[in-house]
Amino acid sequence: MKFIKKLFNIFFLTELLKGLKVTGKKFFAPKFTVQFPEEKTPTSSRFRGLHALRRYPNGEERCIACKLCEAVCPALAITIEAEPREDGSRRTTKYEIDLFKCIYCGFCEEACPVDAIVETRIMHYHFEHRSEQIMTKDKLLAIGDKYEPMIAKDKAADSIYR
Amino acid sequence: MTEIRNYTLNFGPQHPAAHGVLRLVLELDGEVIQRADPHVGLLHRATEKLAESKPFNQSIGYMDRLDYVSMMCNEHAYVMAIEKMLGITPPIRAQYIRVMFDEITRILNHLLWLGATSLDLGAMSMFLYAFKEREDLMDCYEAVSGARMHATYYRPGGVYRDLPDQMPKYEPSIFCNEKETAKRNANREGSLLDFITNFTDRFPGCVDEYETLLTDNRIWKQRTVDIGVVSPERALALGFTGPMLRASGVAWDLRKKQPYEVYDQLDFDIPIGSNGDCYDRYLVRVQEMRESNKIIQQCVKWLKANPGPVIIDDRKVAPPKRANMKTNMEAMIHHFKLFSEGYCVPEGEAYAAVEHPKGEFGIYLISDGANKPYRLKIRAAGFPHLAALEEMTKGHMLADVVSVLSSQDIVFGEIDR
Repeated sequence: MKFIKKLFNIFFLTELLKGLKVTGKKFFAPKFTVQFPEEKTPTSSRFRGLHALRRYPNGEERCIACKLCEAVCPALAITIEAEPREDGSRRTTKYEIDLFKCIYCGFCEEACPVDAIVETRIMHYHFEHRSEQIMTKDKLLAIGDKYEPMIAKDKAADSIYR
Repeated sequence: MTEIRNYTLNFGPQHPAAHGVLRLVLELDGEVIQRADPHVGLLHRATEKLAESKPFNQSIGYMDRLDYVSMMCNEHAYVMAIEKMLGITPPIRAQYIRVMFDEITRILNHLLWLGATSLDLGAMSMFLYAFKEREDLMDCYEAVSGARMHATYYRPGGVYRDLPDQMPKYEPSIFCNEKETAKRNANREGSLLDFITNFTDRFPGCVDEYETLLTDNRIWKQRTVDIGVVSPERALALGFTGPMLRASGVAWDLRKKQPYEVYDQLDFDIPIGSNGDCYDRYLVRVQEMRESNKIIQQCVKWLKANPGPVIIDDRKVAPPKRANMKTNMEAMIHHFKLFSEGYCVPEGEAYAAVEHPKGEFGIYLISDGANKPYRLKIRAAGFPHLAALEEMTKGHMLADVVSVLSSQDIVFGEIDR
């Protein structure tokens, strides 16, 4: 009986047809593809994408040049130079992140005592010329200014866990 | 009469079935393999040496990049080695989270393996089905750590953050109206744990589908049965671990034999094979996915019932809460000290190994009492497997090299490290 069953299976391609049933079902199933530029897959508020430097609501930059992010960066992607400003407060004169070196581990954000450097959920960006990957202080602050509402919302959502 | 000599063939480093950057020098007699000589090192990034130059915590991110399809398991071995040296134990909730993510990682790894292997052996659609399920697990990774792959989530003494109470949701668009979006978001309404529950309920059905496509398929069997047979004795002698060893019939699993974290409190089985051929390795891995699914379900159940801290309350190792750091001077000092100098680990050495999806992944650490490791040695699971490639393929046909190689589940990030 077992032998006949085996012969039947061999000649009638039963296991291949069973497989075809699965692929056929998938063929007619509703598609789960996301139409990318118009639609995006969801990203969590913890997403670690492009960096930004934030400001306080009064417009003062948060970064106090404590250099913790520079110290903690495993890839040595952050370079900071600082000196006192005219009003006596300590601020950075140079704050650069080399995005080619950065491994997006999120340690800079974790280390920052004033929530100045953050990683945003921005993931679609590109560079067209050499040295554009070095994010200068101006560029980082500009990103922070542009996306501040989003950043503030994401960081608030995550603050209870940190 | 001309001299007959064997034909030497370079398989890779750009071969699509070479799984990354393997250069395999094959000596062929007709189509029969005489010698297979893997040349490794094309993805060498000096992770071991790099780790010697930075504080302990800063190398966690580099561990993800070793075996880049089972990220959190690599981190796990590393943080376990540090914990061993420091003599600390993470809170029980952190242990459950780690076990859960280790098993999620195992499914991630085996799904990629299943997709890639079946693609190598000619089953196109499997790749797409496997990657569809992977996507959900990647979302779990992202929800918890912020990165889809290189999580940097485990820390000595626990994990960085607790599991989120919300999952990110799809937005309506011109292709997808409100009603359809709501359908898309159906499994994202609750917390991450609800999302994982939904996945674990659905996943055994997916594995059934994969099995329908492959397990009995005559083409699949022709490509895998009795190919690359390794006897249990040889498998032990060659230093095999993980599914490679279990497929040969040796019931060795670190989760059972040297339970770490909470594995001794969880109920799961160790699938073993009998022949030690490519087909058995496939069966073992598929069964392992089902077992991992069981473990995840148990972890989710426990985690839902037991909230609590996820990182050790030792300010010399783990940073303080941010709210505390901003108001409390002492917490601030600890924060600065931890993120600049890190912590010093007492002099000594430790070896910690986890049951990685590919086998035993071990970290051997030597500390001279400084804030950096004196030496870090990585025991890559795939390395002994690749070393046995010649023995496994000798006498087989050229096409069988592909099935043997992919059944070994080779990833060059960890082999070349």
